[in-house]
Amino acid sequence: MIVIDNVSKHFSGIRAVDGCSFRIAKGRITGLIGPNGAGKTTLFNIVAGFIRADTGRVLLEGKDVTGQPPHRLFHRGLVRTFQIPQEFSRMTLIENLMVVPAGQSGERLLATWLRPGRVAAEERRVREKAEEVIDFLQLGHVARELAGNLSGGQKKLLELGRTMMTDAKVVLLDEPGAGVNRTLLAKLCESIRRLNEERGYTFCIIEHDMDVITRLCDPVVVMAQGRVLTEGSMNHVRSNEAVLDAYFGGGAAARGDDTP
Amino acid sequence: MESLLDYGVFFLTMTGIYAILALGLNLQWGFTGQFNIGVAGFFAVGAYTSAIFTTPETASHLGGFDLPFPVGIAAAMLASGLIAVLVGWGTMRLRTDYLAIATIGIAEIIRHVLKNEDWLTNGVRGIPGISRPVESEAGLLAVVLAFVALVYLLIERARKSPWGRVLRAIRENENAVMASGKDVSYFRLQAFVVGSAIMGLGGALFAHFNGFVSPEAFGPLYGTFLIWVALIAGGSGNNKGALFGTLVIWILWSGSEILTSRLPVEYVTQAGALRVLLIGIVLQVILLYRPEGLLPEERPKLGKPGED
Repeated sequence: MIVIDNVSKHFSGIRAVDGCSFRIAKGRITGLIGPNGAGKTTLFNIVAGFIRADTGRVLLEGKDVTGQPPHRLFHRGLVRTFQIPQEFSRMTLIENLMVVPAGQSGERLLATWLRPGRVAAEERRVREKAEEVIDFLQLGHVARELAGNLSGGQKKLLELGRTMMTDAKVVLLDEPGAGVNRTLLAKLCESIRRLNEERGYTFCIIEHDMDVITRLCDPVVVMAQGRVLTEGSMNHVRSNEAVLDAYFGGGAAARGDDTP
Repeated sequence: MESLLDYGVFFLTMTGIYAILALGLNLQWGFTGQFNIGVAGFFAVGAYTSAIFTTPETASHLGGFDLPFPVGIAAAMLASGLIAVLVGWGTMRLRTDYLAIATIGIAEIIRHVLKNEDWLTNGVRGIPGISRPVESEAGLLAVVLAFVALVYLLIERARKSPWGRVLRAIRENENAVMASGKDVSYFRLQAFVVGSAIMGLGGALFAHFNGFVSPEAFGPLYGTFLIWVALIAGGSGNNKGALFGTLVIWILWSGSEILTSRLPVEYVTQAGALRVLLIGIVLQVILLYRPEGLLPEERPKLGKPGED
């Protein structure tokens, strides 16, 4: 689905991503783990077109999409969420979702003036779709609340909801579980699994919560210092010396930082 | 009594013209979050364009082309819109205070061009003899109010549409709009250009109402400050707020002028500064007690599917 080929990105001397290569396989839920500062989010930003890599290529379904802007990649079926929810605070939850669908004719100014009937009809369909997504995420009771007033966990669900407003092929989730309580987290995992099974979404998930990774992801890719350390099933990854060292706690300090 | 009525007509016409400017700014700032403090530039370009297009031929400035009023209006909107394309394209990467500094600079450049390019604008002497579409004061008021109504309806429809929704989303969070597959730069450019074209319309109406334009009228105080205050006081993001804010600020501004004009001559200049101070204080009070303005942004009414 996605091939990341020898991608590097330096920020004023810091090698955030350093010759990183791996694949996100179609129809799978790939986990991406690694200590803080391993370059996971930077890699997501590169893949989704938010920042430009210094070197290397990103292929999406065999096409070189390196350096394409986010909106183009979106139209190719690549959608991402953010580690820190990026909601439209002074807009309602349902409006937040209704922004997403592509090709709304009401997004053309002249059409809003000259084709009001058509715009209104499309708008009804978009709203129904948003209602569906809100029901799926069980957020009906806050559908007309301003997104800025939602709880942290609800905002995380909103992030996931955005990806459901379009026919995504591959979804990059950046720490969907961070700051979400256990009950909601179980619901979130369930949503991800259902999207994968029922709608065929391919996922790549950055997550520090090993529970989430173990429950959902196969394969798992481990990054450290901008590189891929190893990849494979969770069991394989767990037994890897280098991973134990870098991540699961070669020392007490590392354990304190990163084990959930 | 009659003079009071005359004054009322004059007052409402000015308010109407400024309301159009405030609606244009609301599209940029209120919807999209574009910090344009160069309103005066687009206002001036509209006024001068219509003046040049509609005055009779003269040696003192470009043209005039002696064309009818509607052509002047259209040309004014087009000229302001075109300048906005250039400015918007050039400032594509600028946000918040950076955009503010760039736009204030551009407004000043435009004012200096108007002042110094005699062949184009007759310099500081300005362009006199700009005709009116209708002779009577009341008729002109009707024309201005018709334009206010038209702009309001079109912009209000746009605000409620998916187009307006994308603009408001850009104001809230550009990254998430990008992640939602929208070409943020293109939407920002549209908002900037349409808003500026509306300011150009306001400028053209001002030129025809005043009958005379000179660079003086487009300084930062009359050209930008009062419009910003009107929008912030009225409620940015709300088109009704833009209209209401303009009315309130013009009542204060003209009302205080009536008072200060009765002062002895030696105090009039100082009193002028006091009027600006008064507007500033009113703005502070409104921001303290109604931070979102007198009429805050409306939350869209979204019923259950099938309703509306």
